[in-house]
Amino acid sequence: MHIPDGYLSPATCATFYAGCIPFWRVALGRVKKVMHSRQIPLLSLFAAFSFVVMMFNLPLPGGTTGHATGIGLATVVMGPWAAMLAVSVALVVQALFFGDGGVTAIGANCFNMAIAGSLVAYAVYRLLAGRSALGSARRVVAAGLAGYAAINVSALLAAVEFGIQPIFYKDATGAPLYCPYPLSVAIPAMMIGHLTIAGLAELAVTSGVVAFLQRSDLSLLRATAGKFTYAAQALAPAAARPLRALWAGLAALLVLTPLGILAAGSAWGEWMASDYASPAARAQIAAASFNHVAPRSVPQGLERLASVWTAPFARYAPPYIRGAGFGYLLSAMFGAGLIVLVCMMLGRFTRSAARIGPEAT
Amino acid sequence: MSDIHARRRGGFLENTLEGLRLAMERALYAETSASRSGLLQGVDPRVKTAGLLALVISVALAARLWTIAAVLLLAVALALLSAIPLRLVASRAWMGALFFSGMIAAPALFLTPGTSLYGLPITLQGARTAGFLVLRAEAAATLMLLLVYTTPWAHVLKALRIFRVPVVFVVILGMTCRYILVMLETAHEMFESRKSRTVNAMTAAEQRRLAVSGSGVLLGKTMQLSGEVYLAMQARGFRGEVFLLEDFRMKRTDWFALAGFAVAASLFIWAGR
Repeated sequence: MHIPDGYLSPATCATFYAGCIPFWRVALGRVKKVMHSRQIPLLSLFAAFSFVVMMFNLPLPGGTTGHATGIGLATVVMGPWAAMLAVSVALVVQALFFGDGGVTAIGANCFNMAIAGSLVAYAVYRLLAGRSALGSARRVVAAGLAGYAAINVSALLAAVEFGIQPIFYKDATGAPLYCPYPLSVAIPAMMIGHLTIAGLAELAVTSGVVAFLQRSDLSLLRATAGKFTYAAQALAPAAARPLRALWAGLAALLVLTPLGILAAGSAWGEWMASDYASPAARAQIAAASFNHVAPRSVPQGLERLASVWTAPFARYAPPYIRGAGFGYLLSAMFGAGLIVLVCMMLGRFTRSAARIGPEAT
Repeated sequence: MSDIHARRRGGFLENTLEGLRLAMERALYAETSASRSGLLQGVDPRVKTAGLLALVISVALAARLWTIAAVLLLAVALALLSAIPLRLVASRAWMGALFFSGMIAAPALFLTPGTSLYGLPITLQGARTAGFLVLRAEAAATLMLLLVYTTPWAHVLKALRIFRVPVVFVVILGMTCRYILVMLETAHEMFESRKSRTVNAMTAAEQRRLAVSGSGVLLGKTMQLSGEVYLAMQARGFRGEVFLLEDFRMKRTDWFALAGFAVAASLFIWAGR
């Protein structure tokens, strides 16, 4: 994804250099505020780390190897602004001294990977990790997906930059002066590799290293965790909060159940034996079945089986309730209560089975 | 694009060790090469950096193939006059640029619409655009190789100050270069020690686990080293402000070199319009 010299026009390169400057300035300012003078060795060493990690080629399915760029990892450990600087430094060093990426394209590469990549990685990580505990599996998944999203957004930006070149820059004979492929070629060509192999490598390394840090040095994940919950304290409130919301949602739905009466007719295929004798119901069946008219007599099998079981709340209208709306609400409360009861019993059963399990072995 | 490589022969450990060794070798060779006597080695790093970057920009601006070829020829001549063997230029710059750009440029020969060339399934416009891509990549890679093989890396970074790059950024870049070598050595030692304890071929899953845990350990070492470096900096009086010892002095020959670069870059930009 490191764009070399010669693929982007000087105007595009200049635009991206200019686009990077405000981000770098803000990043330097924010990092100074947060980390003070400790930032200098930290950023340098993290940039060096990113550079070296890019040399670890991961064997991937299909006989290829891929390496991580470290964008996701840098963001998860240091935050987006410090990661922006560290990855930019790594990209500058790569372009200047190792020929990986062009000098004229440093601005574009930094914008794609360091700036957009870090911001996307941070947004995805915070969104998916939420307030989960630092050592939770959710953070591992969130970090992996953050890395995956970052590298793919970077690749998409690079593809768009490639793709717009032939539109604007051609010589006198009509030959494209820079990258010759239009967006319709550049985007799939870049994205297929990054959505699969390169993205997979980034996902594996980012999530793997975060899982490793959860076991070895949890403090390294604290900087970007936001208002995280400690594992021990997390269980009760974290478990209670979503349950409260679920209970409230369920209550609201129960109150709204009488709205179901407003819907006219039966759902397709849920007809009763008595519907075949009613002209209005037959007309509805025909209208809902592409004008296929239902047989005049009730099908024999349906007639026989329909009488096997008579539900106490048939059609959500208990016979002893006069008001249709109240009958609907009562049916909903009974049904929901029954489901909750079964789930609670199942939960109790599985918990007791889990308690017995280890002792038995 | 460069994130994906075809699997080379040898295992993960061997390939990683080889990659790390090559990177270290390249960095160390650059320091040795910069200390030799040659045309560009004697020029002020600021002049060299500005001049060679101006030539890279002239390559980027050129809309004629012959001007890019002329810059490439000039770069080859400068390499020979600066005691940089062409074999090294070929292996470190040309092969990589040719392989990568060639791979990207080859389909353009057939896909670019235009007039057919000698009845072949390739077009004139396709051939020209492929030529632009490959020649630009070759010329820029050669010019950058000239810069890093004739100038100590610390001087290249200090020279960035002429482009108004903030001092703190230059210091961070300098420390990064220094610690890249340390981290490369650390990673090399980690994988070499693992290789010495590995008696059987590793499965792909084991190799992935090793790469991930290796990255994790290296990250831990990075953070530890960062703390130690910060303490060492504080012990030497660091209070958060950074300074550079800008000890470059322009000689008469440097002014001539500056004029030469300015004339050459202007000429190529004018001719390449």
